[in-house]
Amino acid sequence: MELRKDLPEIFEEFAETRKNSFLAIKKLKEAGVPVVGIYCTYLPREIPNAMGAAVVGLCSVSDETIPDAEKELPRNLCPLIKSSYGFARTDKCPFFYFSDLVVGETTCDGKKKMYEMMAEYKPVHVVQLPNSQTEAGLRMYRQELIDFKNLLEERFETTIPDEAVRAQIRIRNEINAALVRLQYTMAHNPAPVSGLDIINTVYNIGFRVSTDGLAQEIDGITAKIEQEYAAGHNTGDKKRILLTGSPSGGAALKVARAIEENGGVVVCFENCTGMKPLDPVDESNPDVYGALAEKYLHIGCSCMSPNPSRMALLERLIDDFQVDGVVDLVLQACHTYNVETGMVRRLVREKKHIPYTAVETDYSQADIEQLNTRMAAFLEML
Amino acid sequence: MLSLGIDSGSTATKGVLFDGAQVIACAARPTSLHPDAALRALCAELHGGEADVITTTGYGRHLLPEARYKITEITCHGAGAAFLAPGCDTVIDIGGQDCKVIALDRDGCVTDFLMNDKCAAGTGRFMQMTMGRVGSDISQLDAFVDGCTPVAINSMCTVFAESEIVGLLARQTAPGDIVLGCVHSICRRTAVFAQRISAGRTIFFSGGLAQSDVMRAVLGEYLSPAALITHPLAPFAGAVGAAVLGWQKYQRRRDTNGTEKRPARNL
Repeated sequence: MELRKDLPEIFEEFAETRKNSFLAIKKLKEAGVPVVGIYCTYLPREIPNAMGAAVVGLCSVSDETIPDAEKELPRNLCPLIKSSYGFARTDKCPFFYFSDLVVGETTCDGKKKMYEMMAEYKPVHVVQLPNSQTEAGLRMYRQELIDFKNLLEERFETTIPDEAVRAQIRIRNEINAALVRLQYTMAHNPAPVSGLDIINTVYNIGFRVSTDGLAQEIDGITAKIEQEYAAGHNTGDKKRILLTGSPSGGAALKVARAIEENGGVVVCFENCTGMKPLDPVDESNPDVYGALAEKYLHIGCSCMSPNPSRMALLERLIDDFQVDGVVDLVLQACHTYNVETGMVRRLVREKKHIPYTAVETDYSQADIEQLNTRMAAFLEML
Repeated sequence: MLSLGIDSGSTATKGVLFDGAQVIACAARPTSLHPDAALRALCAELHGGEADVITTTGYGRHLLPEARYKITEITCHGAGAAFLAPGCDTVIDIGGQDCKVIALDRDGCVTDFLMNDKCAAGTGRFMQMTMGRVGSDISQLDAFVDGCTPVAINSMCTVFAESEIVGLLARQTAPGDIVLGCVHSICRRTAVFAQRISAGRTIFFSGGLAQSDVMRAVLGEYLSPAALITHPLAPFAGAVGAAVLGWQKYQRRRDTNGTEKRPARNL
């Protein structure tokens, strides 16, 4: 019981961090540090970090700015794209406001067209992301990353030596390994804490501008959870759910909340905020851009065709986290994740022999009751 | 021992009293603007005070404090269908504001489900709108379309379908042909929806529309070769499931505890 009182303090710290990072960005700008804003995990933060830039994730997960976006974008579009555009258009996202360069990728059709519109009022660079993980795709992505580096060097009048990138690869690998260890505390059965606590912590770490000592800090949280767990604190006997699908930070966390409020625990998040982008970059590869391309192109996003990495990761996580059921979250008008539900469903039901359900939702709060009923019914079924 | 199950749906609140072997009483009333009042009134009507256990389901399931168990309508419709039609492997429920398909295993337990709860098309509301638009009532559906030939209704959306009906009426299309067209539209959509999760062989049709001969006949056509069955208590399937599940849960609890613990009652 003590755990419930203790942990939120740590989590609060991170929520506070996120608020403070708004002010921190301003301070950095005043000190002459360039700021590069990013939206997606496909962009290797290592490259802008290597020139001493602050790399910030840009606002994209609240419905607050959707009405503003709908003045220019179609209504029947993914809420993440609308939200991103709305924040950008209204200057409500301080990270966007302070960004000297915004970097996008050609992940999905809606995003790449949106970036064209954004480029009319903000410096935007779009990295061409191939949509298949072939040799040709890898060569193309490696070249795109080198072009990105060249663009940074030119625009910010600096040089980015390979050694600096290599140093950032080591730092990022440590952070990602620490994030994996933190999330793997949930592999304990019963689960030590709620899934929302874990994902909110991981999510807030993504807003940290400085990477100094971050891995150690994350390990500190992990150690604390393990220590409390060893002392007998846990969430009790609950159905263990894996949440997969479209990016689901912020407003879309209502699905995780519906699961946990109806007696389940989300032990694992197979998505962009959670376990999906955390594989290490090969530090022994002398070709740093080849190594970066290799890791990042193999992220299992549904914009890849085919997308074997997601299926392999799902299989591994279902086993490692002793999952009782899988919930697939699809954002409205996210065609690739929506179509892929058919394949994930087959994998989960026919190969792993556990129940599966998919829900399509957006960032509004209108369907909370329906989500509660669906998630409660799914949990009753397990 | 008596178990009361109440299904607080969007349109009607339905209740049944179950004695462990059969349904001994049932009642229904409109949910209206006050689902909690409808629940309470139905509880009184079915002598909830004498029931050993009360279980609620449906959208308003959290509104009756006396209820010992609150179970979602998915699980309850599954259990209700399994009780009313032992051996069925699929349930199609067309409710007032949603449509669900539930797959059952051999023991009548839910193995998968799909819900359409975002759009009125494919729900009871669609047929209600249609009958209202032609100046009749949903209870007259079978007589209204007798001997008619369906016209094609193309709109997927209830609101646009209404515009389409207005257009057809303006072209002097027979109202019965229009309504039968709507019956085909909803049944075709429901069949495709059901086939997404289940290749069922024996499909139980529940919800109020299951009482209509023409709905059963047309839906059965689209689901063929699967057999579509129903039961006179089909509109009460959710409440039946709640009563049966409540009875089982309470019985199990009594068995484990050794002594009977009667639920708190303050009706």
